[in-house]
Amino acid sequence: MTSSLTTVAYIGATILFILSLGGLSNPETSRRGNLYGIVGMTLAVLATVLGPRVDAAGIPWIIGAMVAGGAIGLYAARAVQMTQMPELVAIMHSLVGLAACLVGFASYVDTSIAFTGAEKAIHEIEIYVGILIGAVTFSGSVIAFGKLSGKIGGKPLLLPGRHWLNLAGLLVVLWYGREFVMAPSIEAGMTPLIVMTVISLLFGIHMVMAIGGADMPVVVSMLNSYSGWAAAATGFMLSNDLLIVTGALVGSSGAILSYIMCRAMNRNFISVIAGGFGTGGGAPAAKAGEQPAGEVSPVSAAETAELLREAKNVIIVPGYGMAVAQAQHTVFEITKHLREKGVNVRFGIHPVAGRMPGHMNVLLAEAKVPYDIVLEMDEINADFPDTDVAMVIGANDIVNPAAQDDPTSPIAGMPVLEVWKAKTSIVMKRSMASGYAGVDNPLFYKDNNRMLFGDAKKMLDEVLVALKA
Amino acid sequence: MPLVIGVPKETAAGEKRVASVPEVVEKLIKLGFAVAVQSGAGDAANCSDDSYRAAGAEVVGDAAALWAKADIVFKVAVPTAEEVGLMREGGVLVGFVWPAQNPELMQQLAARKATVLAIDALPRQLSRAQKMDALTSQAGVAGYRAVIEAANAFGRFFNGQITAAGKVPPAKVFIAGAGVAGLAAIGTAAGLGAIVRANDTRAEVADQVVSLGGEFVKVDYEEEGSGGGGYAKVMSEGFQQAQREMYAKQAREVDIIITTALIPGKPAPRLITAEMVQSMRPGSVIVDMAAERGGNCELTEPGQAVVKHGVTLIGYTDLNSRLAKQSSTLYATNLFRLMEELCKAKDGTIDVNMDDDAIRGLTVIKEGSITWPAPPPKLPAAPPASKPAAAAPAAKGGHGHGAGEPMAGGTLAILFGVAAALFWLIGAYAPASFLGHFTVFVLACFIGYMVIWNVTPSLHTPLMSVTNAISSIIAIGALVQIAPPLGELAGSTAGRPDALIRWLAVAGIALTAINMFGGFAVTRRMLAMFRK
Repeated sequence: MTSSLTTVAYIGATILFILSLGGLSNPETSRRGNLYGIVGMTLAVLATVLGPRVDAAGIPWIIGAMVAGGAIGLYAARAVQMTQMPELVAIMHSLVGLAACLVGFASYVDTSIAFTGAEKAIHEIEIYVGILIGAVTFSGSVIAFGKLSGKIGGKPLLLPGRHWLNLAGLLVVLWYGREFVMAPSIEAGMTPLIVMTVISLLFGIHMVMAIGGADMPVVVSMLNSYSGWAAAATGFMLSNDLLIVTGALVGSSGAILSYIMCRAMNRNFISVIAGGFGTGGGAPAAKAGEQPAGEVSPVSAAETAELLREAKNVIIVPGYGMAVAQAQHTVFEITKHLREKGVNVRFGIHPVAGRMPGHMNVLLAEAKVPYDIVLEMDEINADFPDTDVAMVIGANDIVNPAAQDDPTSPIAGMPVLEVWKAKTSIVMKRSMASGYAGVDNPLFYKDNNRMLFGDAKKMLDEVLVALKA
Repeated sequence: MPLVIGVPKETAAGEKRVASVPEVVEKLIKLGFAVAVQSGAGDAANCSDDSYRAAGAEVVGDAAALWAKADIVFKVAVPTAEEVGLMREGGVLVGFVWPAQNPELMQQLAARKATVLAIDALPRQLSRAQKMDALTSQAGVAGYRAVIEAANAFGRFFNGQITAAGKVPPAKVFIAGAGVAGLAAIGTAAGLGAIVRANDTRAEVADQVVSLGGEFVKVDYEEEGSGGGGYAKVMSEGFQQAQREMYAKQAREVDIIITTALIPGKPAPRLITAEMVQSMRPGSVIVDMAAERGGNCELTEPGQAVVKHGVTLIGYTDLNSRLAKQSSTLYATNLFRLMEELCKAKDGTIDVNMDDDAIRGLTVIKEGSITWPAPPPKLPAAPPASKPAAAAPAAKGGHGHGAGEPMAGGTLAILFGVAAALFWLIGAYAPASFLGHFTVFVLACFIGYMVIWNVTPSLHTPLMSVTNAISSIIAIGALVQIAPPLGELAGSTAGRPDALIRWLAVAGIALTAINMFGGFAVTRRMLAMFRK
């Protein structure tokens, strides 16, 4: 296969990747979109392997590595539970980051690609930047994986003077970057490169450690973005347009997702990355002194079933608690039962519900909830006043009226689902503990709100039994 | 020493209610109070002396002994002069007082240095006060009973039936006034299967009427009838004319009319004239729940059921006593909730906290000095008529489709400036080969931006996993390193550490292969689950 043919195949692959992402605009076309992605990837890999840049001697190595990696990947894809998707995505980002590092190092020690003058400097900067992004992505994703899977505590770890630490790290990286480009030989350049890699790894760890559990959707999508930029940097390093385009696509995708998530929390992207939400200087704690007045009215599962049975319009608002309790299947059973009885049941999904973008949608889809009754916050918020029962399952901050009513609240201005406008709202929670943001929720004290305490799965099972009785 | 709550036997004629029932007495004792009940107090409400004893109350023989013993007296009906005479100096009285209508009684109570908590003076618009709102609980019971009385006097079924003996049309019920009593009546009548229509001068109750299964009948005249605090006000002459026409029309059509219209401090409005009664079909029923305050119907005789022009006119003023057990239980619970507010420490003492809006409102006499009427509570009584601008910011942004509102001009200019400077730097120093790639990179970012905004938010998780799979394109980098055909490339191939590069590349390929296969497979699995 000639070099031109390979290039044409790359263009084909690029188009297929764009179509693949475009297909996700709608669940109907999304399956075909995924197929485009697979075809594009196959095309790109085959064109490379059969192209002029790979000698026949390398093919056994390639097949060996592909089979080993592919088997692990397929096994993981099959074994993963839908509630563990955020972890899987996070660990996969780390693999991309690590691969980018490896390719960067290999490229640096490869003497067969020689440049001079400005081209050499640019090439070395590309390597340096590529490894930097790869290393941050790698270590950051590993920590994100640890946090999401509960192996590392969800609380933000805040080192004293962490912003200065980061700044110092950045300066050291810049200084070594200069050393690296100036280095007369590969051996001389290796030291700055390794120092920079270590600093980047530490920076990735530090960055994600400082971010709390509910900011995870932002972190996961941000790491997604980084893995794209790492691929793009590798593309520059190797002068490969396919890598550049694909990396840019993935990078901008992750960046947009991060932006959407930040907007959904009414947070500034920088402040999320800077970390430590809800602990900034103890100010929220002081404001939280004003307890919402009123009484909490608990209900039993039987009473909940009674309310649901008498309702005409029901909106269910799931949150991370539903994922933790694995309650999505029971939710579906209840939905099915109510819909058979002619009750209009719909779901309202907040953009940051769960631990990654779209997490709730995937869980509900897994439980066979039809996607046309699963609506976004903006689509459903206007319907709450006509709703008889709004059921909140394991969510807190995303239904907090303080975000609208109380300008001093730490979550003021965050868009929330207005469940309190329904005739009755039922909140399922394990206890009265406040949500991630550490803000008390005045919803619980509203007259039309009822609290159903207990494990979401167990309580929903009881509700279902009571409904069927 | 815990305070003693006294529950006397009601003395008003026809009053069958009692101010506390055994179930609630038990709760009061848990709050730390002692309870004394006059013998026979609950007889008419099916609460025997024994049941009070079983709940832990002391049963006292006669009224004088009870009033002497009690620190706090629970009453239902407005106390008589004799009862006030029995009251202990400095005691506490809880019950209906109607201070506006009973100025003499207020003077007598003040003379006894009493503290009087008038449950009817509760600021009802405070949502916190609803659990203590005895007017509401009693009105609800009366509304229910009114329908039952109507059904009793009415000669037909309420619900329509098709039987072997022929078809029976459903009864048509018209309810004037959709306050608490009216809404309870609507619900009850609809529950019995009747066709229910209702009207109220306050347009905002239309939804409540519909929610209970009724149909809201509008008066063909524009005027807002909300008089604050959830009550109605007197309407203009033009409105009243239109309203009369509507009532006349309803009277010809319906079988049963239940009127509940009351305006605070005024005689009940005359809604149903003698002509309207005449126009009704024989056998029809009118229940006038406003009989005590003069009646909504001209022909009503308070306290009695009479037949005029073939129409049964029910003017009972004791609807609550006709459901004595239910009324008493709800009333007792309202008073218990009040005691909870007064006795937060649960130690059997009370603290009449005048800083509490609800308590302030219903305290009409505090230790002998008249404190009625209370200043209006600090909280706004009703939501402002027009929606505040709060809705406006919520509209911005929209959802995922489109990048939101345009940026401010200044920010945009800065952004363009920075971009221009950056491009100039790159153009000035970078070699031509880099610029080619850079062009591709920038354009790809824009394509990505456009494509991703179109992705539906419900597919964000699959989007992440598919972009993740696609980013394993980095494998290409490793592939070209593994075994390049060395001869054809420029540069020194001499010192190239082949083995090291190969192992790095193999590791890179294996890692990205995990992503590649795993990412696409898991996306496929997820997308297969999305179904209609």
